[in-house]
Amino acid sequence: MKTAEEILAAIKTALPEAKVELVQNPSVSGQHSLVVAPEDGLAVAVFLRDDSELALDFCSNATGVDWLDKETTEKVKATEVVDGEEKVIEKTVKHIQPGYLESVYHLYSMRQKHGPVIFRMRTANRTDQVELPSMTPVWRSCEFQEREIFDLFGIVFKGHPDLRRILMWDEFEDHPMRRDYVDPDDYEYEPTPHDEVLKRAQEHQAQQNEAKQAAEVTQ
Amino acid sequence: MSTAAFKSYRPPVIEPSNEGELLEVAMGPHHPSTHGVFRMDVALDGEIVIKLKPVFGYLHRNHEKIAEKASYLASMPYTDRLDYFCSMTNNWAYAIAVEKLAGIEVPERAQYIRVITAELTRIQNHASAIGFLLQEMGASGTPLMYAFREREKILDIFEELSGSRMMCNYMRFGGCRVELPKDWLEKVAAIVDGLPRFIDEIEALLTGNEILMARTQGVGVLKPDLAVNAGITGPMLRATGVNYDIRKVDRYGIYDRFEFRVPLGDHGDIYDRYMVRVLEMRESVGILRQALKDVPAGPIVDPKQKVRGFRPKPGEAYGRIEGPKGELGFYLISDGSGNPYRYRVRPPSLINLTVLEDMCIGQNVADVVLTFGSVDIVLGEVDR
Repeated sequence: MKTAEEILAAIKTALPEAKVELVQNPSVSGQHSLVVAPEDGLAVAVFLRDDSELALDFCSNATGVDWLDKETTEKVKATEVVDGEEKVIEKTVKHIQPGYLESVYHLYSMRQKHGPVIFRMRTANRTDQVELPSMTPVWRSCEFQEREIFDLFGIVFKGHPDLRRILMWDEFEDHPMRRDYVDPDDYEYEPTPHDEVLKRAQEHQAQQNEAKQAAEVTQ
Repeated sequence: MSTAAFKSYRPPVIEPSNEGELLEVAMGPHHPSTHGVFRMDVALDGEIVIKLKPVFGYLHRNHEKIAEKASYLASMPYTDRLDYFCSMTNNWAYAIAVEKLAGIEVPERAQYIRVITAELTRIQNHASAIGFLLQEMGASGTPLMYAFREREKILDIFEELSGSRMMCNYMRFGGCRVELPKDWLEKVAAIVDGLPRFIDEIEALLTGNEILMARTQGVGVLKPDLAVNAGITGPMLRATGVNYDIRKVDRYGIYDRFEFRVPLGDHGDIYDRYMVRVLEMRESVGILRQALKDVPAGPIVDPKQKVRGFRPKPGEAYGRIEGPKGELGFYLISDGSGNPYRYRVRPPSLINLTVLEDMCIGQNVADVVLTFGSVDIVLGEVDR
């Protein structure tokens, strides 16, 4: 089994333009991961699967991770002029690292019997740019798992053959595995026809009143 | 009516008016063959399946979110409820993931106890899977009751060990929860001695059975290439002839000390899945005999291991075992606090259903029930 550095080097020689970097795992498990830019995701995945030495033909686990915006504070010394005197003032500056959603794939090789190689992709942000390439065309095992990530995290997989909700019901709107998810007060609330009818009746009444007043004015 | 008149009779010809029209049937969520609440939306042309879409989520309770809000140890009893047939192996998979994350050593004695409980779990799971498969084939009662008779003995042993028959909650990070009761190993040995007779009995009843062969051979065929690509694991993968058993590949625990073979199928049909399960039970009996011979004395849990205030260092780990249904994995990310930042279960039951449609297309409706039964799933794990 190659180490993560060697795999990175192999990717760099085969696909020199792909943006891949190694992220160290500080835990004792020693499972380091490769972070791939979304636009190069498919090419790198096909290389990992078809390379005869790596032969990562088995995508065991696919999952999502939600990383919130990180706020770090830093103390900065600055000189300012206060009442005509120069003083050194300590200021705290806030930095906000934007959060992102991440899809994580654990790859093994059934032919060579080694693994895991961890493959990650990150979205640009958590709100509107949440698209990542789907790995289902490369490994069929991602089909249901990517549907689950879409359902629970809200990552939209481009190229997935059948991207629908899988565990939550189709009408559900939020993504419950996000870190900032707030449960609704009442899961079973539905706007009843009664409410809608009432609203329409009020609108109708208002129109009627307007018409009446207009008629009175003209008389 | 004379014979001549009878011969000349022809049934009236009805012009097919709805040719090519498909019938859509929702099998489930309360179909008796679905082992719980699971739906298959099937499109039929006559009796032949054209399309099949599985629908999940009826038992969804977002196990992962609950685990992320609880401490590491608090999720251990909850893993019992994933695949409620195999709580011991679920516990072990979770324990292995946490042990990888935090770098915890497991004492020798605990390793042996883990292997014994896991192999007993495998035997009772495979026995009941075969029983349920036959139940769906119409062999109402007998095979399932034979399997449950044996399962009952194993569950009694688990109850004596852990206090609960199915929800064992027995493993801990770095070992096991309680010391073995008095004479427990002797009782297990007595049960293990009776198991080959039970497997012989099941085989005498089923293996050469003409009806079983007619219903299962060449039905629900899965090709090895697709099986590997679709991430199928467990007996279903090995029935296609792919030699991949995580006990042999990862050699987790102390599986490198035991001699056992990995049974492989040839055709990837339902009969091969049945046969692989039977042979795996025989191999498990072999492992149990070897393990029971030399259980060492010593502690059952690492005494240095903190039970309260368990906070692994930041990082992540993926741990997996060969569960009775396939690869059961846990993926954990720690941010240094008392509860996991990310907790993920890799459910073999859900992922083995990926190819259900591929196996069922072109078959009769009656064979869909069998094909589905041969996958061996538990809905508690599919929906989580």
